[in-house]
Amino acid sequence: MDWFYIEGVLILAGINIIAVLGLSLLTGFTGLFSFGHAGFMAVGAYTSVYFGERMGLPFLVAIIAGGLSAGLMSLFIGRLTLKLKGDYFCIATLGFGEAIRLLLDNLQVFGGARGWPGIPPKVDLTTVVIFSLLGIIFLVFLINSRHGRAMIAVREEELAAKVMGIDVYRYKVISLFISAVYAGVAGGLLGYYLTFLQPKLFGLQKSTEYTIMVIFGGIGSISGSVLAAFLLTVLPEILRSFAVWRFVIYGAAVIFIMIARPQGLMGGKEITLKGVTSILGIPGKNRRTARSGEV
Amino acid sequence: MLKKVAVLILSVLLITAFATGCGQKNQGAAGDVVKVGWIGSLTGDQAVWGQSELNTLKMLAEELNNSGGLLGKKIEIVGYDTRGDATEAVNAVKRLISQDKVIAIIGPNTSSSAMAISGILEEFKVPDIATVATNPKVTVLDGKVKPFNFRVCFIDPYQGAVAAGYAYDVLGFKKAAVLYDVTDEYSQGLAEFFIKTFEEKGGKIVAKEAFKSGDTDFRPQLSKIKAANPDVIFMPYFFKEVALSAKQARDLGINSVLMGGDGWPSDTLLEMAADAVEGSYFVNHLDFDDPAVQEFKQKYKAKYGKMPELNGYLAHDAFFMLVDAIKRANSFDPVAIRDALETVDIQGITGRIKIGKDTHNPEGKEAAIIKIEGGKYKFQQKYAVTE
Repeated sequence: MDWFYIEGVLILAGINIIAVLGLSLLTGFTGLFSFGHAGFMAVGAYTSVYFGERMGLPFLVAIIAGGLSAGLMSLFIGRLTLKLKGDYFCIATLGFGEAIRLLLDNLQVFGGARGWPGIPPKVDLTTVVIFSLLGIIFLVFLINSRHGRAMIAVREEELAAKVMGIDVYRYKVISLFISAVYAGVAGGLLGYYLTFLQPKLFGLQKSTEYTIMVIFGGIGSISGSVLAAFLLTVLPEILRSFAVWRFVIYGAAVIFIMIARPQGLMGGKEITLKGVTSILGIPGKNRRTARSGEV
Repeated sequence: MLKKVAVLILSVLLITAFATGCGQKNQGAAGDVVKVGWIGSLTGDQAVWGQSELNTLKMLAEELNNSGGLLGKKIEIVGYDTRGDATEAVNAVKRLISQDKVIAIIGPNTSSSAMAISGILEEFKVPDIATVATNPKVTVLDGKVKPFNFRVCFIDPYQGAVAAGYAYDVLGFKKAAVLYDVTDEYSQGLAEFFIKTFEEKGGKIVAKEAFKSGDTDFRPQLSKIKAANPDVIFMPYFFKEVALSAKQARDLGINSVLMGGDGWPSDTLLEMAADAVEGSYFVNHLDFDDPAVQEFKQKYKAKYGKMPELNGYLAHDAFFMLVDAIKRANSFDPVAIRDALETVDIQGITGRIKIGKDTHNPEGKEAAIIKIEGGKYKFQQKYAVTE
């Protein structure tokens, strides 16, 4: 294996991790299914590249602008659709994703369906790792805050959450906004990594892939989402030598794991330091016993 | 909380370290085998074409090896699937270059993939010959030729101009309608250049209607086209949709002549809609009945039990373009091959291939006009546009 090839796969895995983290907040922690996340990615990607290349803004500013524009778009969509319950929201996002793609297909300013070639490569592994780490850290803090708990309450039982005094609608909007920002940033990074953008990249298939990753990793688990995004990006590459049969095997593997572990890889649990040390046995236990000894 | 963060950072570092460890097991290039890469669709809606390309290349490499190889070495074709997706193409090319150490790459057939891989080709200095990527931007961007991208086919503006020129000048049509797939890069490009040339010549576009990939009902668009009463309807998309839309057009009582591009030729089109496309014309890369292509056609049929698709013919010429360049460079060094590719001038089965130094396209390659008559493809004439 050559490092250059692996680096490419890792960059892609990192970008997918960012997008899946966003979706994980929405689907895994707030209980809203979205099949339009590729749409937010597309908005982020095209905005980033537009700001970066046509307006000449620095790379970082362009990426952040991409994330924010996807976020703004989500506020608009959220206002219209978040009052819808359950499946209806899911269908609305599906429509949104397709609408964005078709809009971009028709916008000749951005190259239409023929794509936007010649974007300078500005993304390397370090950039992606930093962005995904920031993404993970922010999400961990958010989930463990009052706001995170409110979102989980919304996921578990909307009515009960409302009775508890949680503004269900507001938390749904916040969750969708943050989720869209993640998708937008991932989109911008993808554009600068691929050096090429095309609406076809952000089709329904992409949205579905991300939803699969969230469920595969386990609903309501950040480490599960990261693990799933990583594994499901790497798996098709490992299977590359199977040529025609590659996606048959990929599909079979996903089905097999979902049957074997219906709760997903992590099943709502997290990889924590405590967990790791308790599996390893020694250090955590020692420290705890020492402490209790002191008392 | 901090512990959790630390664990996450640790796990990412571990993963990276693991990957770096793998990276050190570098495979060297084998002694007497030289690898040539191929990328394209082996799965997805364009799989038919991709498989035909890969089959062709494997067959030709085998033949070449049996007759003594090239510069004393054997050629091995390494092909990877891209599903027609640009992200996959980038992964596949990275793997071909860094792991398989290929000296050159043939394919892909989609322009988007061909454009997405340019950066990697330039970074690692490996040449690529695209088969049917017809978007001009594959080889030339912002007026500058991309040093490592080549192609063996003619480009969309040319194909569009040929179709429009033939319709206006030879067939004498003055009113044209265009139905195209707005979500498809190829269709959008061809439609644009057809309209441009047709209008420049003095013709009138009476209707321009779009659909999106996956649509199966074209009646709303066709009804509008019918109302505009065109002489000819240009349908620049792939054979499955052509078959459906042509049938529906005839059902609606549209008698206009239908015209298309190189997305048309396929046996499936005739099986699905022979009556509906009777009397239609399309622009092709070659004449299937040309004596020059018979040998290849027969060999392919004997080996794989079916006729090669259009892409097979272009993959054939791309292969010989590469062989010619390697012979003249007298080396397997990718950069030397690239330099030699710039001066290729060979007679391929799809026409004369003389690569332009500033465009990396085969210059002045004639297009073939094919008419569908009696349920068969009938070659009309070679047609070139003069500026």
